[in-house]
Amino acid sequence: MNYVNIIKNGIVKENPTFVLMLGMCPTLATTTSAMNGLSMGLATMAVLICTNVVISCLKSLTPDKVRIPVFIVVIAAFVTILQLVIKAYLPDIDASLGLFIPLIVVNCVILGRAEAFAAKQSPLASLFDGIGIGLGFTLGLTLLGICREVLGAGSIFGFTLLPETYNILLFVLPPGAFITLGFLVAMVNKLRGN
Amino acid sequence: MKKLESSLLNMTLVLTGVAVIMGGILAFVNHLTEGPINEQKQQALADGIKTVMVCDDLIVTKTDTARQNDAKGKELTFIIYQIQDKQGKDLGAAVESTTGGFGGDLKVLVGFSPEGKILGYTILETAETPGLGAKADKWFQKGEKGDVIGKSPAEPLTVSKDGGQVDAITASTITSRAFLLAVNNAYKAYKVTPSTDSETGATKQIAK
Repeated sequence: MNYVNIIKNGIVKENPTFVLMLGMCPTLATTTSAMNGLSMGLATMAVLICTNVVISCLKSLTPDKVRIPVFIVVIAAFVTILQLVIKAYLPDIDASLGLFIPLIVVNCVILGRAEAFAAKQSPLASLFDGIGIGLGFTLGLTLLGICREVLGAGSIFGFTLLPETYNILLFVLPPGAFITLGFLVAMVNKLRGN
Repeated sequence: MKKLESSLLNMTLVLTGVAVIMGGILAFVNHLTEGPINEQKQQALADGIKTVMVCDDLIVTKTDTARQNDAKGKELTFIIYQIQDKQGKDLGAAVESTTGGFGGDLKVLVGFSPEGKILGYTILETAETPGLGAKADKWFQKGEKGDVIGKSPAEPLTVSKDGGQVDAITASTITSRAFLLAVNNAYKAYKVTPSTDSETGATKQIAK
């Protein structure tokens, strides 16, 4: 398979947020603002790339019956590394996302890609799959974050666009996440021309 | 390469091996990041103290930990940083105080002048709703709608809904109440520390 196609596949054809519908917990919980969505997407992408490559390298060493525990150990290790690095060098992101970083361990995008892609393909192809799916996830989360921030707080990436009286608080709160996601999924699927 | 067979020995070896290697990597990364993480924490605290005391040249002369029980009997811990400027003049204290907000613990650092007036504050830890309660970091600053700077919580500060004189954050009364409670508690803790020499400072018994 062509590597460019693998990346395109992750962003468009198998977009984790809009098509695969994986990793809905962080998608809904962290997208209260565009910046939060973007940081969460990038954090997940970093973990996904590392785990995909390592799991792909380990695939012939892993007996089938213990593959899930092995995947989870690898994923948990990389998430913890990421958490430590963020705490040490990016305190601002730690302040806004700190709670959600450890939860990347149970993000089904990562385990899903490990099982569906990395466990069958070469390490290089898995690297590109990690990049593609990661970008797709980041794109989905950022888009959702932008929509919710504009509607709920009247700003994009912290820059105020609308005065406070036009803010619809609902969109910053959990129900707004579901509503926005629903509309975005409908629009994206229409655009993809099912 | 052919996949390893799922025999008991293989499974045990692989799983143990992966766990040990990953554990080793984690220990190494933890060792690498331990220093920077502590530095970040201290840096954040030092910056916070400077912000709330509205002063750059200061020395923390003493750090106290005070414990009090709140109305429900839950123990609260305060950390009080006594502050002097370079000439040794008493500037008051910065007090770290925690209360339960809307989304979780709300930890604020409040600076008090020796007279007990609020010099400044900063939010150290928050789990409030972004776009709502999370506005607390700006809302109560000088010149903003809920300005508390310069006020003295000798008379506990309350939101206007509860008959007080501070405007609550729009649609975030719970966060506003939690914030003011944290400030009031910090004041009480500050006033009962022995090194305070203002008149109420002598009262070491804490009103519950």
